[in-house]
Amino acid sequence: MAAVRVEAVLAAAEEQEAEKRRSIAVEKELELEYDLGNLLAVDRNPPPAAALRGAGPRREALLRALARDNTQLLVSRLWELPAERAGGAGGPLVAQLPEPAFRLPREKPPPKPRPPTRWEQFARLKGIRRKKKTSLVWDEQAKEWRRRWGYRRAGGDPSRAWLAEVPAGADPEEDQFARLRREKRERVARNELNRLRNLARAHRAGSAVPAAPLHPTGHQDRDELRRVARVARVSTASLGRFQPRLPKESAEPPSRSGGKKRRFEPLLGNLAAERSRQLDLLRDMGSKKPVLDITRAVNKQLRQEEAEAAAANKGKKQSKRGKRGRRQQRPGRSGKKSGARRQPQQQKPAGTGRRKKA
Amino acid sequence: MDALDRVVKPKTKRAKRFLEKREPKLNENTKNAMLIKGGNANLTVSEVLKDIYAVKKPFAVLYKRKNVTRPFEDQTSLEFFSKKSDCSLFLFGSHNKKRPNNLIIGRMFDYHVLDMIELGIEKFVSLKDIKNSKCPEGTKPMLIFAGDVFDVNEEYRRLKSLLIDFFRGPTVPSIRLAGLEYVLHFTAVDGKIYMRSYKVLLKKSGCKIPRIELEEMGPSLDLVMRRTHLASDDLYKLSLKQPKGLKPKKKKNISHDVFGTTYGRIHMQKQDLSKLQTRKMKGLKKRPAEKSAEDGGTAPKKSKSA
Repeated sequence: MAAVRVEAVLAAAEEQEAEKRRSIAVEKELELEYDLGNLLAVDRNPPPAAALRGAGPRREALLRALARDNTQLLVSRLWELPAERAGGAGGPLVAQLPEPAFRLPREKPPPKPRPPTRWEQFARLKGIRRKKKTSLVWDEQAKEWRRRWGYRRAGGDPSRAWLAEVPAGADPEEDQFARLRREKRERVARNELNRLRNLARAHRAGSAVPAAPLHPTGHQDRDELRRVARVARVSTASLGRFQPRLPKESAEPPSRSGGKKRRFEPLLGNLAAERSRQLDLLRDMGSKKPVLDITRAVNKQLRQEEAEAAAANKGKKQSKRGKRGRRQQRPGRSGKKSGARRQPQQQKPAGTGRRKKA
Repeated sequence: MDALDRVVKPKTKRAKRFLEKREPKLNENTKNAMLIKGGNANLTVSEVLKDIYAVKKPFAVLYKRKNVTRPFEDQTSLEFFSKKSDCSLFLFGSHNKKRPNNLIIGRMFDYHVLDMIELGIEKFVSLKDIKNSKCPEGTKPMLIFAGDVFDVNEEYRRLKSLLIDFFRGPTVPSIRLAGLEYVLHFTAVDGKIYMRSYKVLLKKSGCKIPRIELEEMGPSLDLVMRRTHLASDDLYKLSLKQPKGLKPKKKKNISHDVFGTTYGRIHMQKQDLSKLQTRKMKGLKKRPAEKSAEDGGTAPKKSKSA
């Protein structure tokens, strides 16, 4: 009858609705790309731009439908992963995630291995390998297993030794206990010094000023840029001889050694200059009064003082202010005047000013 | 910056642990984010920062005070903050007439700015405005990017990488399937980026895999891309470089073919063929008489001395 048919049709329609509501199938033109380690899914399908242009709840509904479809696909993939029940039979279902595939930049550069210490270098050279030592040693006196070192060690506390033999060839009046204590202190100090030296070496090697990056970072200052520009110019096939210069760059090419090399006059050149030079030399040698080159004298004096100060401070840590600070701290010891004042004390032979400084 | 560059030798175990947590490692810590307000941040921008902080807790730091800086001109102040709080991601919010409701999202490499992208907020719906139950703090979100422009355009590609980095959360080896509650959906259409957060409801379906229903929760943003400051290609490549120790150790003598079959290779010693086990043919067995004749012929005669 018609009523029965209508009911049947309605029931069928409702069942279809329920089926659609419960289905997990999603239709997509292009497959999504998944990175399950990051719980990430990328949908390459172009979204319906025209529909999304109009603002308001329609756009929200569309976005939500799109999100629902994509999430359904991602969750289906996640539920396909190998899963197990954590913590026994009644525990939650836990899936094993793979490694994240999407490459993301690191936070900090990877750690550099620390350079080997002096002992490690020596051991490698000689082929000495580490001997595995047991942590407990049998103590004959106490008849039990004691630690190798530390609290209640095997062999008793070495600082409470009640007997110290006088070694052959030692002074009989010498206090052996004091000697043992002093030697231990020295050993500890030497060990600490070596440890600090190794640390300093590692730190110096690790944070060596990196070479200026050859690409512009936007954070470089003028000198760095000049240096980098010079490197770039010199890296051409003809070592930069035919490179056009930048508008504000210096005209003549700077010397490769940075101006340190000695320059010699040509042999057969300026006769007048040679003549005047020789005559001046003769005059200085013949004069009775000593000739002094103030700049040179001051520099020599300062360098001597620095050397003395460095020798005195060898064991101690360097002061925070550094060389310049220490130099300025001492009263009235900077400048040409003091240097020149010191001159009469040193009997410099005449003509030293002309010669190269020893 | 001299004070920060000087090596601090730790005097206590706690200080030593603190420094060890911050030094570069093979497997890195989860990236922390710092959320900073600019000198002229308005209510919208502050609300956005607060909501993102709620999403990213506990791997985020929200600075309460306003900081007068311009990240695109001068990055030193940001780098100082990053060094102090050991954060490599940042979100800087500001507002002025030329750039209203401005949000700068960025990341650092070795405490120097790597990438920065400026986004404008067109519409913002906060966590408070949507009244329903939220998911617990610290849930790892699922991330979905829709739109082909995320792969075509270089700036959008970097933005995608930045957003994944920002919202990813800690890397975990396994995850509870019922706990997949939070999803962040980014759609790029028409020059705009729509970010929506939904709470996931798992409904019964006919089979094992549940049917998903979404409920809008959480902050939803309509963003438009403004300026960018992207790292140069080689700096970016340098930051992507992974140390050798992280590469999974290759098992030797195992190979796979196209069909998925695994082949193994076994190395054997040289076989002694005289001791080879073959089929025994009784008829060909040496008779004792023949054996002694052979031996007698070849072996030297032992002389018996009386």
